[in-house]
Amino acid sequence: MSIPFVDLATILPELLIVGIACLVLVLDPITPTAKKDFLAWMSLGVLAVCALVTMEDFGETTVAFSGLVVVDSYAAFWKMLLYLVSGLTILLSMSYLKEEKIDLAEYYAFVLLALAGMMVMVSGADLLTIYLGIELMSITLYIMAGFKRFEARSIEASAKYFVLGAFSSGILLYGISLLFGVTGSTRLSEIAAVVNGPALNDPLMLLALMLIIVGFGFKVAAVPFHMWTPDVYEGAPTSVTAFMAVASKAASFAAFLRVLLEAFGGVKPNWNMLILAVCLITVALGNLVAIVQTNVKRMLAYSSIAHAGYALVGVVVAGWVGVETGVSSRGVSSLMLYLAIYSFMTIGAFAMVAILRKGGLEGEDIEDFTGLAKRHKGGAFLMLVFMISLAGIPPTAGFIGKFYLFMAAVNAGLAWLAIFGLIFAAISAFYYLRIVMVMYMREPSPEHEQHTRLVLSPQVSVVLACAVAGVVLLGIFPGPLVSIADLSILPIK
Amino acid sequence: MDVPVSYYVVLSGIVFSIGLVGVLIRRNIIIILLSVELMLNATNINFVAFSSYLGNLSGQVFVFFALTVAAAEVAVGLAIIIALYRHSASINIDDFRLLKW
Repeated sequence: MSIPFVDLATILPELLIVGIACLVLVLDPITPTAKKDFLAWMSLGVLAVCALVTMEDFGETTVAFSGLVVVDSYAAFWKMLLYLVSGLTILLSMSYLKEEKIDLAEYYAFVLLALAGMMVMVSGADLLTIYLGIELMSITLYIMAGFKRFEARSIEASAKYFVLGAFSSGILLYGISLLFGVTGSTRLSEIAAVVNGPALNDPLMLLALMLIIVGFGFKVAAVPFHMWTPDVYEGAPTSVTAFMAVASKAASFAAFLRVLLEAFGGVKPNWNMLILAVCLITVALGNLVAIVQTNVKRMLAYSSIAHAGYALVGVVVAGWVGVETGVSSRGVSSLMLYLAIYSFMTIGAFAMVAILRKGGLEGEDIEDFTGLAKRHKGGAFLMLVFMISLAGIPPTAGFIGKFYLFMAAVNAGLAWLAIFGLIFAAISAFYYLRIVMVMYMREPSPEHEQHTRLVLSPQVSVVLACAVAGVVLLGIFPGPLVSIADLSILPIK
Repeated sequence: MDVPVSYYVVLSGIVFSIGLVGVLIRRNIIIILLSVELMLNATNINFVAFSSYLGNLSGQVFVFFALTVAAAEVAVGLAIIIALYRHSASINIDDFRLLKW
């Protein structure tokens, strides 16, 4: 038995990425220490090549491996976003790893392997492929979270992530197995046919649906399945935290939405109220708990939970019953737009945390930002831009993202949900702007001033420049990205 | 003599619940890891039983993948637990309080 060449050509980007990841692992021991950066540049190179390959996938739908994998515009959109985020993560890591003395080239192989898992997730058309993608991503991220293995916090984060991640995968897999029992298939399209007909309101199907939602809820860090997020984000190396907060969340949302709409799109009443409830408590709890945090990484973790809640508004709109197809698809496209924008501002904010040093350590307390504007005008200004964008204040991209999401909610007749979101966006401004206040209005103590500094390298400057360009340009000219997202949505039934 | 498929589903439900409760109430991280494995194996019982009941082989294919993934997960998990033990000489999760749980 052989695999048809056509199928292999469809997953060419995945193959390239896994191949280069293995090559990095092999080359790592035989590369002199001074030349390790070469492996990082090679990883960046393969991302660029894959981006060119994926560019061709826009506008076409190719099904491969007898329906296990589908490459469509929706998958292509997420893949492009994931390449960008992975590339920025690699650039950010190059100097950060040296600073933290964990400068091992297998780190880049792990980034690529996790990326391969995410790519399988976003183009999986069968629960089997989606599950394998999730596991490839998660297992790699467990290792990356514990990459500072000489630091107790990092290992502790890794262990907590592992226990809760494996737990949630178990729940997801059990849901898949029950669904297989009810429908006799794990293919999303075949599930849709059975679920919408004979198995409608079958209690076992409802249980399976609930378990699958719980499993994905863990992966996107929605309340009440968020308890791992703050600990893991705080303990993991900051470059890994940025990668997890952005890439793994985007990929999980992409797979979640595809499963909900393609497999369960015919039984929206069975899940939309559950998602609405999760969305409401996620927005509320994420924003409220972020207020009391004193560690910036932990605060950004709660902020990422809150942003997952905003993104769920898009899922709620896409799943709302009794609205026109145009409005539902607006829900999908606004979610895609929101996560793309969220990626820029979150990567930027984490990059600022990663380059702020206190003595030999990371400066990750809010106190460490005191008076930063006095010494590093540029750095403080970038942080200011990221914070007002996260808070959703115009003219930044964060405002555009929230605007499209809440407009979609209003069009679907959920004006109260938009108002609810706006109230919590206003609350969130409090904790984001506190960092700005600390940077611009507090005087640092002389001793404190000596110890904290920004470590800038050319690569980090590129990351910050990309992030700030994304935040500002998408805030002023959102048009192109909006139309790309509109063209890349899933076909809605 | 055929065993009805519902028996298998009940069995897997019981095994899954034991695993679920184990993860939530046990404090030893190795036992937690074993409980996660119970959850995954409950899934495999389901897949094989449904596969045989429906006469559809794809369930058994899924089991192969699930087993492989479980093995990879355990390998990484045990490595993490060893690294953890080197830091704190303990595998009781109540001892890990550097990060607010």
